[in-house]
Amino acid sequence: MAEIITMPKLGFDMAEGKLEEWVKKVGDTVAEGDVLAIIETDKASVEVTSFHSGVLHRLLVSPGDIVPVGSPIAVIGAPGEAIDLAALGLKVEGEAEAAAPAKPVKPAPEKAKPEPTPAAAPAAPPPARILASPVALRMAAELGIDLSAVRGSGPDGRIIKRDIEAYLREREKQPVKPAPPPPPVPVPAMPPTLEGIEGYRAEPLTAIRKTIARRMVESKQQVPHFYLTISVDMAAAMALRKQINAVLPDENKVSVNDLVIKAAALALRKHPALNASFAGDEIRYHDQINIGMAVARETGLLTVVIKDCDKKSLAQIAHDARTVVARAREGRMQLEDMTGGTFTVSNLGMFDVEHFIAIINPPQAAILAVGAVQQVPVVDADGQIVVGTRMKLTLSADHRVTDGAEAAVFMQDLRKILEEPIRLLV
Amino acid sequence: MARLTMREAISMALREEMERDDRVFLMGEEIGVWGGTYAVTRGFLDQFGERRVRDTPIAEGVIVGAAIGAAMVGLRPVAEIMTINFAFLAMDMIVNHAAKMHYMFNGEIKVPLVIRTVGGGGRQLAATHSQTPDVVFAHFPGIKVVAPGTPADAKGLLKAAIRDEDPVFFIENALLYQVRGEVPEDEDFLVPIGVSDVKREGKDVTIVSYSRMLQTSLQAAERLAKEGIDAEVIDLRTLRPIDTRAVINSVHKTNRMVIVEEGWRAYGVGAEIAARVYELAFDHLDAPIRRVAQAEVPLPYNRRLEQMALPQVEDVVHAVKDVLYLNE
Repeated sequence: MAEIITMPKLGFDMAEGKLEEWVKKVGDTVAEGDVLAIIETDKASVEVTSFHSGVLHRLLVSPGDIVPVGSPIAVIGAPGEAIDLAALGLKVEGEAEAAAPAKPVKPAPEKAKPEPTPAAAPAAPPPARILASPVALRMAAELGIDLSAVRGSGPDGRIIKRDIEAYLREREKQPVKPAPPPPPVPVPAMPPTLEGIEGYRAEPLTAIRKTIARRMVESKQQVPHFYLTISVDMAAAMALRKQINAVLPDENKVSVNDLVIKAAALALRKHPALNASFAGDEIRYHDQINIGMAVARETGLLTVVIKDCDKKSLAQIAHDARTVVARAREGRMQLEDMTGGTFTVSNLGMFDVEHFIAIINPPQAAILAVGAVQQVPVVDADGQIVVGTRMKLTLSADHRVTDGAEAAVFMQDLRKILEEPIRLLV
Repeated sequence: MARLTMREAISMALREEMERDDRVFLMGEEIGVWGGTYAVTRGFLDQFGERRVRDTPIAEGVIVGAAIGAAMVGLRPVAEIMTINFAFLAMDMIVNHAAKMHYMFNGEIKVPLVIRTVGGGGRQLAATHSQTPDVVFAHFPGIKVVAPGTPADAKGLLKAAIRDEDPVFFIENALLYQVRGEVPEDEDFLVPIGVSDVKREGKDVTIVSYSRMLQTSLQAAERLAKEGIDAEVIDLRTLRPIDTRAVINSVHKTNRMVIVEEGWRAYGVGAEIAARVYELAFDHLDAPIRRVAQAEVPLPYNRRLEQMALPQVEDVVHAVKDVLYLNE
């Protein structure tokens, strides 16, 4: 029986993906788990793996095509199986209508439904493709019209030229004064332009920059942030790290960031309020402690996730972090690399940044900004000024989920773990 | 200008060209003594004599073959095949010789031949005598195929065909012979081969047609105008070489198109034009292109059935409303 492969949903807010390349060709044998294609989401390039075994019969989209989540992209069947696309509920384009009448009309079998993908919310049906005539598509592209805002009056709701024209007339009729303060707008407002300077280079926003822009504006506008900064004595932790790394092979060396992730995970175990997310009318306290770490790439920031950090050894965290960061830098992320984070650690210490404040990555409740480990003058227990080893940590937390005192105790515990780093090992 | 029938316009073109150039001569079945099955050449035998108006045996291969030979050695033959249904008997001469001589002899041989013939249905002549196989001939490179839809175009195109250096297959339509129109009396009035023409301007929809279906399309456009639909009607005039400039320009304006042809739909003129529009103007379409064509059956003899199988004005009106999304 033929199976339809659909565009998987690879992220919470993914609506469509661009097919970058087909790894398999028509006629290739496919085993379950084989990589079929590479797709580009607005976050990364991701491999699409097959949930079926058989022979790849048909490719329904081409490299460069942008495909809505849930739309069919390929058909897998048994070797030599005759595939009737129409019977699978797929539109067959360019087939003569005259040939049809003698054929009994087969009801589209249940099978036509797209296979659910692992990350897809079970209830959500795939979004319907917006039907639009070629001229309507061209006009929308030229005029910068979002077709989802246009009502189609053609057959099956197809958007045609007159609908675009009607939409434009309607848009022009809108009063000049802006409508009442809009509810959270996902599009960043147009910033004022600079006057009186000459020359610039304009570059359109990439998908990832658009996503960053939208999510950061959402976070800053909607999440009431509060901030707590502490300075941690890292002398013991640095000494421990030296000891550990002396016995580990190069490829498994533990970084300061790994220490912070492990420490944060242990502190979060005691403070579920920081390992939580705000979900409208409820707060969700997560069982897993999955820590996201921000990875800088040329194309833009990306957050990768290391699962169950409280249960993993330092060496394991170091290994996982290294692997996933490498994949992110190559743009070959997998689904689980990007999703499921419950708390984020953002580290700019390697750039000698002493202290900074991070923006929360919604719906997470908090993010930890990690500064550089520095040699600084400190006052010791005897009141003497000595050389100390310090690192500044700043927590940004969502005040809807937690309060200052609770977050402060979390930071105290975090400090305790880092200053008595043997706790990281037991 | 004179108000003439298509028959008179074609006669005028032949007479003018024969008077202008005595290399031009006619050959065909019943064209001399009888004056032609459709009376196009009535009086020609008396005016030009037996040397230039030659009745032939009923042997289409011979008619075209002899005309090819005459053209190769410098004459300007106009061979008449009584109906296009008989041109199949001369198929080898037309497609293997007339169409290919110039190419296969390094361009050293020219075949300035005109084959006049008559196609179309609607006169209860039954399946074998009512066909519109224009595209069969237009399929072959090396031969030009012309099919006028008005008296003026018939005159101008036939004169251009006779003066052309290449073989031209000139398709008339029996039901058009009585259609009247303004025809220039100028002896050098020519209509270029391979150039289509906007016969009626409009902004809502493009109707593409030729030959008798041009008249059907123009009538449909009148009917549509009464309902407030402004149709543009384009006459292809030549099927090879085909000219799609006017069609593409029109689609840019109207975004919608209907193609009307008397022949069968499959592999037809509509298929060819639609494909070119999809290739050249895809981004300008607002609706799928519709084709109006003959039902896919050998044309019935029964009058009602014959009319049902042939495209009618209401079929064109319906197709136009279809592409305008006006039908329920």
